[in-house]
Amino acid sequence: MTLLEVRDLHVFYGRIEAIKGVSFTLNEGEIVTLIGANGAGKTTTLRTISGVRTVAEGSIFFEGEDITKMAPHDRVKRGICQAPEGRGIFPGMTVRENLDMGTYVRGDKGPQKAKDLEHVMHLFPRLRERIGQMGGTLSGGEQQMLAIGRALMSKPRLLLLDEPSMGLAPMLIAQIFTIIKEINADGISVLLVEQNATQALKTAHRGYVLETGYVVKTGAGSDLLVDPAVRAAYLGG
Amino acid sequence: MSQLSNLWTRFLSLNTDVQVRWKSMSRVQRLSGYVLAVLALYLAPWWPKIPGIGWLVNTPGTQFSTVLNDQVIIFVLVALGLNVVVGLAGLLDLGYVGFYAVGAYVVGVLTSQHASLPWIVALPIAVVVSMLVGVILGTPTLRLRGDYLAIVTLGFGEIIRISAKNLDWLGASRGISDIGKPPSIGPLKFGVLDPKPYYWLGLTLVFLVVFCLYRLEESRVGRAWTAIREDEDAAELMGVNTFKFKLWAFAIGAAVGGLAGAHYAGKVGFISPDNFPLQLSILFLAAVVLGGSGNMAGAILGGIMVAWLPERFRNFTDKRVLVFGIALVLVMVFRPEGLLPRRVRTKSPMKPASDGQEVTQ
Repeated sequence: MTLLEVRDLHVFYGRIEAIKGVSFTLNEGEIVTLIGANGAGKTTTLRTISGVRTVAEGSIFFEGEDITKMAPHDRVKRGICQAPEGRGIFPGMTVRENLDMGTYVRGDKGPQKAKDLEHVMHLFPRLRERIGQMGGTLSGGEQQMLAIGRALMSKPRLLLLDEPSMGLAPMLIAQIFTIIKEINADGISVLLVEQNATQALKTAHRGYVLETGYVVKTGAGSDLLVDPAVRAAYLGG
Repeated sequence: MSQLSNLWTRFLSLNTDVQVRWKSMSRVQRLSGYVLAVLALYLAPWWPKIPGIGWLVNTPGTQFSTVLNDQVIIFVLVALGLNVVVGLAGLLDLGYVGFYAVGAYVVGVLTSQHASLPWIVALPIAVVVSMLVGVILGTPTLRLRGDYLAIVTLGFGEIIRISAKNLDWLGASRGISDIGKPPSIGPLKFGVLDPKPYYWLGLTLVFLVVFCLYRLEESRVGRAWTAIREDEDAAELMGVNTFKFKLWAFAIGAAVGGLAGAHYAGKVGFISPDNFPLQLSILFLAAVVLGGSGNMAGAILGGIMVAWLPERFRNFTDKRVLVFGIALVLVMVFRPEGLLPRRVRTKSPMKPASDGQEVTQ
């Protein structure tokens, strides 16, 4: 079943058209990745799906419902939650308070919340060690884990991940992708934006290659991984 | 100089010691502690008579209880309101004096200029009107961020003052006189000579505002504000309706500012546009930042300092502003987050294990 459908999306930054007609779909239970170089429009696409960027043309459907003009907080209620790029956590709040903010939309139901918290800390044991520490004092990798953990606390149907491997040590990168698979195995669909194309394509069921605002290629992750053109452009030969 | 800073750090740790002992006391002991503290505050007009401390707090040249009401209470109220906007929601407001002026002018118009309602009736109207003005200003401008918002609010403060100066309906530059006074309660007479009743009324308003704001801060609203201040984009992505909560912060801040203005108008009985200069906006902001932006106790302390320090050094005549300025700079150098920062947090005060135990399946 199609969970997310993006049809002919156009997005502008001022006068500059960042997205020039992107279309793609994501089925329930899938990991789909958008890969491409800097400036290809990956992050903009993700932010548009979250609703923090407005659509100039085209439409976005979630579970068959048109959400193109829906406010961002209503989209979170429907089950779309994004872990923002880099350090998009609350630096002056503790790890615990950051995670609590994840449950903001669904209210604070005691036992369920404790259970979700435990689940997140099981996925990211580092967060358990750092639970009382300020978000801003965490390392880059820990902040990334916190951003993903916080998004998971909202119990999303669709998790949007923006460059989860950015700035991480190679060992941590492998770990993050393993965790993404685990999250997906729990039934959460994932839309993954990555510059680390190799890892992203290995992890994802399907992928879309973005180039300066267009989708130039699409296919199964494993197919794209061996595609000569993709290899030449994004996988270093 | 660094010794000074050390001294303050030691004072703060002493503070935590006191807190620990405070928490270990029984309910009765704590309750009587609160009662004593409240009583001491209501008796503040007589503090200068206490040997030792009296000399320190006294304000030469101005009656102490006048300073308490006209300066300290006003600045504390205003700092509490502005702290919601600047400290909690992180919106830089440089025209806060505008709301203060609206509150004062509503009382002026309703009790003297165009009607003769009692002060006590005009007060809630002043608060509501200030709040509405906050919403009207906030609706278009809160879509702006950071510097842009600061510039628009800066303009707002000036617009209010200049409008008042040019509108005959508002008394133009003559201002409004014979503003209604609070009603006398038994022996408490709100006259022109004794400022003490006004101080007691003002202190009661402060307690009321602190109580309401505390409840708000601890609620979902407070959490949303904190999230917006920390990272507006991230708050939005977590499902916080950022525009709605920013508008709320603005409206509540405006209401408290209006309340302060209404109290001021009732006390002095005469207002004119010159009472609401841009400099006041800056001082209000200084109070919040000096005390500790985002912390209610900090805002209160900042309000007290900014109001009281220039009066304490009044016998320095012209140089008192210099002394005040130096004091501000010193605090900002050694306590960049204010006298009472948002929080002094030690490592890992929470035990994650107890969270885990609740979910044994």
